Amino acid sequence: MEQPVVPEDLFRTESGRVLGALMRRFGDLDVAEDAYQDACLAAVETWPRDGVPTNPGAWLTTVARNRALDRVRRELQRPGREVQALGLYADRPVEPAGPAADELADLGDTAAVLDDDDQLRLLFLCCHPALAEQAQVALTLRTVGGLTTTEIARAFLVPEATMAQRLVRAKRKIALAGIPFRLPEGDELADRTAAVLHVVYLVFNEGYAATEAAADGPLVRTDLCEEALRLSALLRRLLPDDAEVGGLAALLVLHDARRAARTDLAGHLVPLAEQDRSGWDGERIHEGVALVEQALRIGPVGPYQIEASIAALHAEAPTYETTDWPQIVVLYGLLEQALPGPMVRLNRAVAVAMLDGPQAGLDLVDRIAAAGELGGYHRLQAVRAHLLADLGRTDEAGAAYDEAVRLATSGPERDYLRMRRDRLGPGGLNPGRKSP
Amino acid sequence: MKYMLLIFSNPENWGALSEVETKGVMDEYWAFTQRITESGEFVSGEPLQGPDTATVVRVRDAGRAISDGPFIESKEVLAGYYVVDCKSLDRALELAAQIPDAKLGGGIEVRPCADMGRTS
Repeated sequence: MEQPVVPEDLFRTESGRVLGALMRRFGDLDVAEDAYQDACLAAVETWPRDGVPTNPGAWLTTVARNRALDRVRRELQRPGREVQALGLYADRPVEPAGPAADELADLGDTAAVLDDDDQLRLLFLCCHPALAEQAQVALTLRTVGGLTTTEIARAFLVPEATMAQRLVRAKRKIALAGIPFRLPEGDELADRTAAVLHVVYLVFNEGYAATEAAADGPLVRTDLCEEALRLSALLRRLLPDDAEVGGLAALLVLHDARRAARTDLAGHLVPLAEQDRSGWDGERIHEGVALVEQALRIGPVGPYQIEASIAALHAEAPTYETTDWPQIVVLYGLLEQALPGPMVRLNRAVAVAMLDGPQAGLDLVDRIAAAGELGGYHRLQAVRAHLLADLGRTDEAGAAYDEAVRLATSGPERDYLRMRRDRLGPGGLNPGRKSP
Repeated sequence: MKYMLLIFSNPENWGALSEVETKGVMDEYWAFTQRITESGEFVSGEPLQGPDTATVVRVRDAGRAISDGPFIESKEVLAGYYVVDCKSLDRALELAAQIPDAKLGGGIEVRPCADMGRTS
């Protein structure tokens, strides 16, 4: 007999929508998660026999909701449990608010309505600023991303017990502190959206950095880049009029387009200047450029759109040397205004060096160092080293490389920097000009 | 839900204010209290004397022990509190941001009250 195949990642991709619907009804993440798990088990049991329903999300929501209601009714029948069970309905700030009596009365209603806004509320809940950043990331991946605790723990290289604890604490805080399940309004919306975008950005960066750490040892990492891309696409669907949502989507797609060329076959890091551009994904670049143009038309301009614009200029340049450096310098200037900080100034210094020569770049780098900023960051020393080498100041360049090696945290990065240092001949031969 | 808004204030910042400015901040406090009273969210609230007036009581096997203090080295001291009853943490944070000390270099710690005595 032919068995209908349950799409492999369906339980993951439906997680956000179903949990959102359950949150609206029950106002409690633990109740929602348990019920969803029950529903997934029921699906695994019955779908191979009965076939996959036409609307799996609605099926899962209905089953999960009924399981949760069963549980609540059982609680109600146990003496002394009234208060606790009713608390599920009465106490939580749920929007739109439904009176407790109605919730219990419409048990017969089986058509589950899946509302995109519920998924959005769930995202805002998980990325609430009252939660620690790490907790926001973990909770978002768990609920909206549908990853297991084990997968998240592995992806962030922490013991599973640590990750489980982090999730438990976060859910406890949501429940006890009364973090609401609602859509932020007015002035709040931009800040809260930025917090959600930041979480997606962190997830992507973690995955991107994983490529670099891969040579350090055997690493089994859930593909966080893919997950971030999925979340970002979801956000674009949920908040189509937000320019920064579009900006982040563009930025991630453009980085992703160059992902394959960032490491060589041995897993060594290849900096932008030396990447084989034929290894870049032209179609993805095209998609990313279209996304950033679309975002810029919506406005107002924000940091993600500026970063995406810079990434687009890099992606479209036929070679490192012929990149539109004047434009990139201007964009970094804008980014510095929007998001002041030494990291942006360091990136700008690299672009200035390409435009006005290594001395101009070095002056800017030394100014950052003189201000005592980024002292513990290997890239500042790496950039200094490259620029000093370009200026023929080989001894100083060697010392700066040594310092960069000392500060670098990942193996492939250290290897790359050592290789660059060793390439410094007495003549100061230095084929590349920029750090990754 | 009930939340306690704990006002942590830096006495140095108050000391740096002129008499007119101090009166301005106090007026803001009165206005804030009035606003949340009218909205029905005010439950209680008191300003506190400084930590140098504090006394700690501990009951141990040997009986009651009383000590002066605590003398915790800290720039910010607990200067007062409000208890508010409002819809969610978001609203409590909104209210906390309106407390004058929040912008006077201090901080407002928002803590949900534990509902121990609730009966059906």
